[in-house]
Amino acid sequence: MLSSNRSDDTSPWYQMIVEENVPCIKLTGSYTLAALDQELRKVSTRLTRFAAQSDLHWDLTGIQQMDHAGAILIWRAWGMHRPAYLSIRPEQERLFAHLEKVHPAPKPVRRDILWPILTLGRRYFLFWDHLIGIITLSGQVLLNVFYLIKHPNQIPLREISANLFRTGAQALSITALVGFLIGIVLSYLSSEQLHTYGADVFIVNILGMSIIRELGPMLAAILVAGRSGSSMTAQLGVMRVTEELDALTVMGIPHSLRLVLPKIIGLGIAMPLVVLWTSAIAMLGGILAADLQIGLNYQYSLSSLPDAVPVANLWIGMGKGVVCGMVIALIACHFGLRIKPNTESLGEGTTNSVVTSITAVIFIDAIFAIIFSNVGLKIAG
Amino acid sequence: MSNNDPIIEIEGLYTRFGSHVIHENISLSVYRGEILALVGGSGSGKTTLLRQMLGLETPAQGSVKILGHSRYDCGLELSRSLRNRSGVLFQQGALFSALNVYDNIALPLRELHCLPEEMIRDLVMLKLGMVEVAAEHANKMPAELSGGMIKRVALARALALDPELLFLDEPTAGLDPALSESFVKLIQTLRQELTLTIIMVTHDLDTLAAISTRVAVLADQRLVASGKLADIIKIDHPFIKDFFLGERGRNALRNALTLP
Ligand SMILES: Nc1ncnc2c1ncn2[C@@H]1O[C@H](COP(=O)(O)OP(=O)(O)OP(=O)(O)O)[C@@H](O)[C@H]1O
Ligand SMILES: [Mg+2]
Repeated sequence: MLSSNRSDDTSPWYQMIVEENVPCIKLTGSYTLAALDQELRKVSTRLTRFAAQSDLHWDLTGIQQMDHAGAILIWRAWGMHRPAYLSIRPEQERLFAHLEKVHPAPKPVRRDILWPILTLGRRYFLFWDHLIGIITLSGQVLLNVFYLIKHPNQIPLREISANLFRTGAQALSITALVGFLIGIVLSYLSSEQLHTYGADVFIVNILGMSIIRELGPMLAAILVAGRSGSSMTAQLGVMRVTEELDALTVMGIPHSLRLVLPKIIGLGIAMPLVVLWTSAIAMLGGILAADLQIGLNYQYSLSSLPDAVPVANLWIGMGKGVVCGMVIALIACHFGLRIKPNTESLGEGTTNSVVTSITAVIFIDAIFAIIFSNVGLKIAG
Repeated sequence: MSNNDPIIEIEGLYTRFGSHVIHENISLSVYRGEILALVGGSGSGKTTLLRQMLGLETPAQGSVKILGHSRYDCGLELSRSLRNRSGVLFQQGALFSALNVYDNIALPLRELHCLPEEMIRDLVMLKLGMVEVAAEHANKMPAELSGGMIKRVALARALALDPELLFLDEPTAGLDPALSESFVKLIQTLRQELTLTIIMVTHDLDTLAAISTRVAVLADQRLVASGKLADIIKIDHPFIKDFFLGERGRNALRNALTLP
């Protein structure tokens, strides 16, 4: 005997019937994730409401298909225990038997209330950790250098030349482009000002001093830090993720000798050359722009350059190149080797590496400025 | 329940990597409710074939149809619902290294945007229990798991959405015999509860004999045979002889079939 007395007594998911004066809910349809889809929350709240009636008889034998999501939905509606009256098929019985045994999820780690202080403290220690790490790594590399001096046949020449090509030769186009544009900008801005005072010829002094001593090396260093530093860190990081670093270790090949040292030497050699190249192209851009803007003959500019800029500045610029190159490679390798085997750490490590090496480059520039404050600044004649 | 429309239909498939030919004229259909075991030597292109069925790679020639639609230009809606109804276990696990075990399994569930968080929690713990990973490992990162645990967590993730279609690439490689046995039990129980179609690459003859309903053999770039295990082992082909009727093969099959 069937009777329906309320509006929500029938739905595709269940039927309320009264059989011999016993109220009975008959579940129908497919209780699967695919079938429930957007109806899920609605069905869940309805069933929970029915489960509040303790004398209700639950009949699950009409369900066509039930997967784990469907079983959990019904199980939660029941309040995690079986109702008093229940008819069920044997395979459903097994599903619920599974559910009764489900472990509670372990609690996620809670944040300490002192977390701002702890974070700050951790930051502080992390800084020292990195500093010590970098010093240790440079020590190892130094030991490797001594070792290679004794065993010159083990010098990793292939790796060094590969690094030279990747960080030097392949960086020429981008540094040339940026250098040329900066030269033009600088020349345009200053030549107009000088022209009003009739001091056109001093454009060579301004361009020469600023580009050869400061801008050339800094531009090259920052570009290389972004370009080669990040790729070095990512390379080592991926090697950590794919366990290649561990494979090298068990073969008895030290990371510092085969991976770090070639990068430091390679960039140490490539960088001053890139600096020279960048400065030359920037000068070219500046001189051409001056020629076009205020009609300063480029031949005159070129011939007066040696008098305007003492050669010491060129050496300072290239010296900066050597130091910056080696520091960029060292920092990139340090961060690369510390990457943990997951993608998030890889991204974070690469960012940190680039930010740190650009900061370091600017620090190095400041140190050079202080040390060589009275070298190459006096204009002869 | 079994339906005669194939779920997956591969026709005249050729695969080349450069000049290296992997598949030559392969035709294969997978029907609803069957467990197809794909066997073949190492490097014979089983994983590649699986990836083509998943639409991750395009063959040089030939077609792959899924539920009657081409794998490559089925509409967005169909391809979304297909992906929600199929689960994949990659050979190397392919767990998200930035997420812990719990979140790895919860990710496909959360992507549905219709499940409340408590239900997701119960489902995740249920799946973890099914693959016999203890609850205390739920907060570990993939890098902190053992090889076999990675396999099992990846299987749990493949099962997260209670899929009707499962692609398993070497599900029992790296598991100890007891765990392989419980994998077999797990698949058998799942099949009682749901209509499940499984395409499984495996080298494990015990598993193959225990659960597969059909075997397809890849050798010499071709599909050399497909049919019931009992029929396959009667075929006279050098690879089949080596694979099934070598010393190890015989031992494994003795329990499952009555060998001459
Ligand atoms: N992206 C790719 N580029 C070039 N060649 C590939 C590529 N992927 C696979 N191959 C080649 O295709 C062949 C089949 O590879 P596949 O991974 O499918 O083998 P498999 O049957 O799964 O082997 P195994 O049992 O060892 O896992 C191999 O020879 C492999 O070198
Ligand atoms: Mg494979």
